[in-house]
Amino acid sequence: MSDVSTTANGDTVWVEKDALIDRIPRSVAMVFLFVAVVAIWDLVTRMGWVSPIILPTPGETLADLMFVGGNLLSGDYMLDALWTTTLTVFYSFLIAAGIGFSLGVLVGETKFGERAVMPYLVAIDTMPKVAFAPLFIAWLGFGISSKVALAAFIATFPIVVSTAAGLYAASENERMLFKSIGASRMQILLRLKLPTGLPYIFTGLKIAAVGVMAGVITGEFLGGGKGFGALIRQSASQMNTPRVFALILYLSILGLALYFTVVWVQRRFVFWNKSDQPGAIG
Amino acid sequence: MTMAVSRNTGQAEPVASPTRPVYEISRLSKTYARNELVALQGVDLSLYKGEFVSVVGSSGCGKSTLLKIMAGLLPPTTGRVMLEGKPVMGPRPDIGMMFQQATLLPWKTTVENIVLPIEIRNGKAAAKAATGRARELLQLVGLGDFGNVYPGELSGGMAQRAAICRMLVADPAVLLLDEPFSALDELTRDFMNMELQRICMERQATAFLVTHSLAEAVILSDRILVMKPRPGRVVEEVPVELPRPRTLEMINTPRFGEIVAHIRDLLGKETFG
Repeated sequence: MSDVSTTANGDTVWVEKDALIDRIPRSVAMVFLFVAVVAIWDLVTRMGWVSPIILPTPGETLADLMFVGGNLLSGDYMLDALWTTTLTVFYSFLIAAGIGFSLGVLVGETKFGERAVMPYLVAIDTMPKVAFAPLFIAWLGFGISSKVALAAFIATFPIVVSTAAGLYAASENERMLFKSIGASRMQILLRLKLPTGLPYIFTGLKIAAVGVMAGVITGEFLGGGKGFGALIRQSASQMNTPRVFALILYLSILGLALYFTVVWVQRRFVFWNKSDQPGAIG
Repeated sequence: MTMAVSRNTGQAEPVASPTRPVYEISRLSKTYARNELVALQGVDLSLYKGEFVSVVGSSGCGKSTLLKIMAGLLPPTTGRVMLEGKPVMGPRPDIGMMFQQATLLPWKTTVENIVLPIEIRNGKAAAKAATGRARELLQLVGLGDFGNVYPGELSGGMAQRAAICRMLVADPAVLLLDEPFSALDELTRDFMNMELQRICMERQATAFLVTHSLAEAVILSDRILVMKPRPGRVVEEVPVELPRPRTLEMINTPRFGEIVAHIRDLLGKETFG
């Protein structure tokens, strides 16, 4: 969009401008959207268009947010639940990262991995992995280990695929350079392919961070135990919808924390590649 | 790497002659087993100390194969490939190489990139010891102030100058140049060619260039090998007797035009049309 005007001496002046919607600053845009959504939410519930059991009012939700927040801050049972879930998420992520990375190197670096291992991984990956939950519970019981197993199982595959893809990312010229200076296969892997593949690997880790959260909560829904997922299911069974909303919001903080930890580590390690990190979302 | 060295032709081999070529290739053939494609047939080539030799030819004439064999990246099928009197059985520290792209590692500074060959061959300590040398080389190519920046901050021409330094850091006996400036814009390319000439003359370097550009080959070379495909072979060796140092103005001289026209005739007009 541009404004065209004419100066005194007859020259034309073009002034280029972004459209109005593109000129709103990020903070204003975020606040505006938040307020708009809450206003519609308030309107819909206040007018009784939606049953309060299905959707509580913003006010009720806020009250429950305060209640859960107070419980967490006072170190009551909800904090124990959150801590259990945090540990479960942490262990799942570490295991998924370790196994996923190792399998990814096997697939990306060796012909055997590519030919023999990858087809089976793809076959398993296409299965609905949540369906394995009863098996994990049967094998590992109702403690956190069955949840860790399910979540790690779900989150491993994106890391395998992204690691393998990352190892292919080095260009033919770069490989030739390394061969021409006498680099061994291990040197090419460690000094060229792995650093080149880091942005890919971190992308896989970010997808895995999301997958781990889903896996842990699913595990806690199905396997009970002491985690936040069990609290949510309990509140839902009591039709305490505002509590469910409040618990989910606090749970999302855990997910965000994990995600942005990965983003932070990526920025430290992959300092040379800014193009993969648009805005604040990483 | 397998190499059949045939000695049955009975030709006299000069012992410790002062004019022994730096690089010597004779009766070199390469057949790709997979599709029985004859990439090279009966190639003979000698590079003498301080000489600049180019090879030109259309795509698929085997010039890249020839360069890879000379670099030790690809085993020949039959023939003799000797650098400084020793057969080339694989990549060697006395071979310096440069590619179409600068291929600098983005997570290493310019200096760290330049000492990479030493780091790979001799370890981190040796690489560290060579940083002084890397900085001298950066001065030589006019990048003295850019030793500590990352390649993302270098322009295309600057990156290729850093790649020149990396090629020179181990003080190789021969420089193998694989269309080194073809990714640069034309003005930068002309400038870099003159820089390359200056550096090669200063260091008495022995260089072998693969290029698509006839003008580039003529302005830089003492001799030009003209190759044709199916099977890949050298059809003529064209001497370039223009005086050194060459300047870009020479491109407009009649002699330059005659040499380019002659090579173009050899290749067939359609090839570079």
